[in-house]
Amino acid sequence: MLKSIFIILLYQLIGELFQKFFGLSIPGPVVGLVLLLITLLLIQKRERAVLIKEDLYNSAEILLNYLPLLFIPVGVGVVMHLSLLEDNLASVVLVIILGTLLTLALTAYVMEKILRKKTLDD
Amino acid sequence: MIDQDKLYSIWVYLQAEPLFWLTLTIGSYLIADMAYKKSNLFPLLNPVAMSVLIVSLILILFNIKYERYFDGAKFIHFLLGPATVALAIPIYKKWNLIILNSKAILISLILGSTFAILITYSLSLYLELPKELIMSLLPRNVTAPIAMGISEIIGGIPSLTAIITILTGVVGASLGAFVFDVMKLKNMDARGFSLGLTSHGIGTARAMSRNKNAGVYAAVGMGLSGLLTSILVPLFLKII
Repeated sequence: MLKSIFIILLYQLIGELFQKFFGLSIPGPVVGLVLLLITLLLIQKRERAVLIKEDLYNSAEILLNYLPLLFIPVGVGVVMHLSLLEDNLASVVLVIILGTLLTLALTAYVMEKILRKKTLDD
Repeated sequence: MIDQDKLYSIWVYLQAEPLFWLTLTIGSYLIADMAYKKSNLFPLLNPVAMSVLIVSLILILFNIKYERYFDGAKFIHFLLGPATVALAIPIYKKWNLIILNSKAILISLILGSTFAILITYSLSLYLELPKELIMSLLPRNVTAPIAMGISEIIGGIPSLTAIITILTGVVGASLGAFVFDVMKLKNMDARGFSLGLTSHGIGTARAMSRNKNAGVYAAVGMGLSGLLTSILVPLFLKII
């Protein structure tokens, strides 16, 4: 457990340093995500990596199970920004609803078309 | 006999303690999560939205400053970064599936993510929203820790982005099945992927509860769109 926590924190730290050093516009933790993914794919075939991977799976599962909880502090922060939303609340809700429905429709439509073509080809 | 002065002094002590706000945050979440599960995952009872509501109401009712609350809540907040890094693991576990259907996944991913940014931007411009708000809206379809990171970098308000992200998730999870049915889209993989890409974790949980395959594709869609969007949004802002 401690090892996997160390690994996750270390990758986040490296990601943050990467982001600062190269002035990237991608968040540091996302850089850490990519680097960890690359590492996992590289050590995929190594037998010795099995143990640490098990450990990582467990820690990641615990963290991601409680992902919703982690948004609450920042979500409450919106109390601070109610004034900014006041005049725009209706517009923001409209953007969210319209944007979400259209994106849902387009993405599923494109993917279903490609998958159907693939089954026909096979 | 209840001593009013004593009660008041206990409250003064409590509300100054980070421990109290940390306990309150976790407690509210547990209650909201229980209600959500009891309701058979009814999307409008989303546990994040509900716990934010509970905590906010308490803060407003007792006239507590957000900074004081955050003093306790920051211990939870800190975990957002590590949780983002940990998203590498579900993507890694589904890697074989991604490779197997790489064409369908990549094309839908790129089109869907680009479209989400374009539609959000153009609707916001049309409705003449202030710039700060537009920046907070742009990354709204990806998982909150990533969306908040993007928002901060492009000059949005991360906490506003968090709420917008949750709303987007709730809208997608509630109306997704309806949209797909109207469009007569029956492929469960495509429906799941679209839900994950559009409504991140909340959409993925919804897909997972309906159909195992849809859930797996939703998780893939959520992970990949988080990655791509954090590249696309800053790029898009540089181009325009």
